[in-house]
Amino acid sequence: MKAKWFLISVFFTLSLILSGCDNSLLVFDPKGPQAKTLSDTIIFSIVMMAGILLVVYILYTFMLVKYRASKTDENYEPPHEEGSKWLEITWTIIPIIIVIVLSVVTVRTTSEVENKPVAYANEEPLVIYASSSNWKWHFSYPEEGIETVNYVNIPEDRPIEFRLYSYGPITSFWIPQLAGQKYAMSDMVTTIHLAAETPGSYVGKNSNFNGKDFAHMEFEAQVLTDKDYEEWVEDVKETAPALTESEFDELLEPSVLGRKTYSSTHLEFRPAPEGEHAGHHHGGSDEETDTTHDMHMEDHK
Amino acid sequence: MKWDEFFVTGEPMIYAAMVSIVLVSVAIVAGLTYFKKWGYLWRNWLTTVDHKKIGVMYIIAALLMLFRGGVDALLMRAQTAVPDNGLLDGQHYNEIFTTHGLIMILFMAMPFIIGLMNVVIPLQIGARDVAFPRLNAVSFWLFFFGAMLLNLSFVIGGSPDAGWSAYFPLASSEFSPTVGNNYYSLSLQIAGIGTLMTGINFLVTILKMRAPGMTLMKMPMFTWSILITSVIIIFAFPVLTVALALMMLDRQFGTQFFAMQNGGMDMLWANLFWVWGHPEVYIVILPAFGIYSEIISTFARKNLYGYKSMVVSMVAISLLSFLVWVHHFYTMGHGVMVNSVFSITTMAIAVPTGVKIFNWLFTLRKGKISFTSPMLYALAFIPIFTIGGVTGVMLAMASADYQYHNTMFLVAHFHYVLIPGTVFAVIAGYHYWFPKVFGFRLNEKLAKWAFWFIAISFNVTFFPLFILGLNGMTRRMYTYSASTGYGPLNMLSMVGAVGLTIGFLLLVYNIYWSTRYAKRDTTGDPWDGRSLEWSTPSPVPEYNFAKTPVVTKLDAFWFSKKENTSLTEGEYEPIHMPNNNGQPFIMGVAFFFFGFFMVFSWWIPAIIAGLVVLGTMAYRTFEKDHGHHIPVDEIERTEKALRGEQS
Repeated sequence: MKAKWFLISVFFTLSLILSGCDNSLLVFDPKGPQAKTLSDTIIFSIVMMAGILLVVYILYTFMLVKYRASKTDENYEPPHEEGSKWLEITWTIIPIIIVIVLSVVTVRTTSEVENKPVAYANEEPLVIYASSSNWKWHFSYPEEGIETVNYVNIPEDRPIEFRLYSYGPITSFWIPQLAGQKYAMSDMVTTIHLAAETPGSYVGKNSNFNGKDFAHMEFEAQVLTDKDYEEWVEDVKETAPALTESEFDELLEPSVLGRKTYSSTHLEFRPAPEGEHAGHHHGGSDEETDTTHDMHMEDHK
Repeated sequence: MKWDEFFVTGEPMIYAAMVSIVLVSVAIVAGLTYFKKWGYLWRNWLTTVDHKKIGVMYIIAALLMLFRGGVDALLMRAQTAVPDNGLLDGQHYNEIFTTHGLIMILFMAMPFIIGLMNVVIPLQIGARDVAFPRLNAVSFWLFFFGAMLLNLSFVIGGSPDAGWSAYFPLASSEFSPTVGNNYYSLSLQIAGIGTLMTGINFLVTILKMRAPGMTLMKMPMFTWSILITSVIIIFAFPVLTVALALMMLDRQFGTQFFAMQNGGMDMLWANLFWVWGHPEVYIVILPAFGIYSEIISTFARKNLYGYKSMVVSMVAISLLSFLVWVHHFYTMGHGVMVNSVFSITTMAIAVPTGVKIFNWLFTLRKGKISFTSPMLYALAFIPIFTIGGVTGVMLAMASADYQYHNTMFLVAHFHYVLIPGTVFAVIAGYHYWFPKVFGFRLNEKLAKWAFWFIAISFNVTFFPLFILGLNGMTRRMYTYSASTGYGPLNMLSMVGAVGLTIGFLLLVYNIYWSTRYAKRDTTGDPWDGRSLEWSTPSPVPEYNFAKTPVVTKLDAFWFSKKENTSLTEGEYEPIHMPNNNGQPFIMGVAFFFFGFFMVFSWWIPAIIAGLVVLGTMAYRTFEKDHGHHIPVDEIERTEKALRGEQS
């Protein structure tokens, strides 16, 4: 009876999770090739794992039903069994094969999502710098010369390259329906490649805890058609103010903000920690270190 | 510093806690004075070097911590049960999930295991004590006062709030300016030193003090698991010691190892933390495997199936545990090659773990399974832990992890591993060995009620989190809006948490009930056990074995019962035992004050407390203490009394 209870609760919940697949759990509702790859990988692994669970549960139920003390003869004395070489080899080899299969899938899909989406291999990606500060996201479009805070608009059907870094604690940049997440850190730039194939609005967030208002660190990722995107960029260039250094310093102060739009980027006066600005400078060979020992985090290079 | 910075103010819940702490303390002091128990407490507990008593103290402390961590958990689930809840503010929530993680792993799971191994290991290998009894007491008091120091933080100065992994630069003084993370570095440091010494102590005990004839391959599986765990502790804990020391230097002495300015490397902390932290996972899970092996074979009335492959797989897991730490930050951007290598080593752990699951299943085959309370936990472990295991494999796939990392899916996974793995195991072990220590069994009926509450509520609490994770809910969010749709499943999870609470309360009520009403066991072997600890009378006399047993095979006690032979021969001889000593306790107190003053950077009192610590060590080096002998007639009297014979 007890075993059945477990089976019932487990199968009930398992069917819940699987029924989630055709519902709209964000991870299983991809809107671009990278997220699609991840969704397929996850579903494949769930199926494999369900197979393993099934084997274990069938054996388990069988043992508990058949060999309970209340069902065996009172004088029955269980035999002494050292084990079985062949059985033990079997349940070593089969998991090894499963791990090999999963390893192949992992290596293949990891390299797929770490690079430009295959279908867009020949196109020049749109580079967007996404940097975090407590508790907001700054998006700089060097190509267009514009910058936004807490929302990002991207054109559909074009490869996008997000370059991530942070002006404070480590954050993790994540738009579940477009691509897997990656850390943004203060001393290096990490990259996410993605493409979006359906216009619409998607939830983006920081998934790495970074202090008091972590829960509010969300942004909207809006996928626009080419035409809408062009119009939006033009509009921003014409109407939005330029981003000054002092205003950017203010933005870096810890706060929760709404959206902001600027017709220039902070990259000119605060370059990303890449190339000659990359982190891991040990010691004071950099002449700037002497003048910037005030505690401002943005002075870190 | 002003008083309102010293005490945590402005939180009604914390004021209530302060009041209750004061009241409980007063009640304890008054009670001890009224019943004239100060001398008893000092002579029998605070100064003891008896491994069984030290084990009991570990387990009591761990149970208390289970409730402290459990209240944290309940508050977290209550806060997130409905969208936009205002029960806790962000800061309070952050402190609660940080201390929940720290307390459950370091001050509940590990001490509970160390408590059980203290009680059981010398008995299982036929030894009279551990290799270094007084060091064992030092280990306990360092753990205890480390735990007290951390617990003090929530009323004095503020708790750590940067997550139990305390990632830099968030945990640096720049982003976490309160003393909370000073508590983190110092309380973990003090307790960690104690743990490291426990690892050394038990490695030596198991290697050097086994009964004649007990070769390594004739050791019970629990002893094997502790041997391997001790080795992991010895390799992993020095890394934590160094990382915490660097953290303290960064936070309190202005160095820049991890902090952001002047080339500090935030990911260096993450690497050091997980180089310790991943093996730590196996420090708490391998002993559980040992406990389950004992319980399953006892209550299936069969020897353990595939003993050799069980040992080999545990050794394999211990080696792999050091090769997988990078899977905690696949998303750091170190590229396909590194992620692939660590994916494969991580998934490889599934192979030896699978071997163990199948060996347990085949131990049940052809058995005669009785469903006692310890066995229920062991049996529930198999299907639930397997879910934890397979979701672990899913997380191990680097690409897929980009979608799970830091989400509720991960939270669900590690609770599915740690609770059926470690928590069920220590509770099972506690029910199983309880009669050995106290001479009576816990009430089976109450224990079974508690079990069903815990096992079912566990699934209700944590399964929804898998789904929430796949729906994009990240961990450590203190609130969310209704539009996310996370509400209903979080509410379900809250319902489960209430069920878990009821289960744990029943567990404690059972201690009270059984202490008063349970029938005393005079056989010393209430479960018809297989290993040496069941050959002693219960409660076990301070010298454990009146005569040292001689072992010829695995499960020697089982065969001696079946073949009606004796494990011992010869006459009683006087037994040499170590003397009780108050210095470990004094050293613990001094460490506590040292840590406390360090937290607040009060250097002069800290130096004084530090000198007291060094003083106890210096005193010890000049002390001559050769212990004492228990005479033969006293042994005879004790044995007769404990076995229920009239003298």
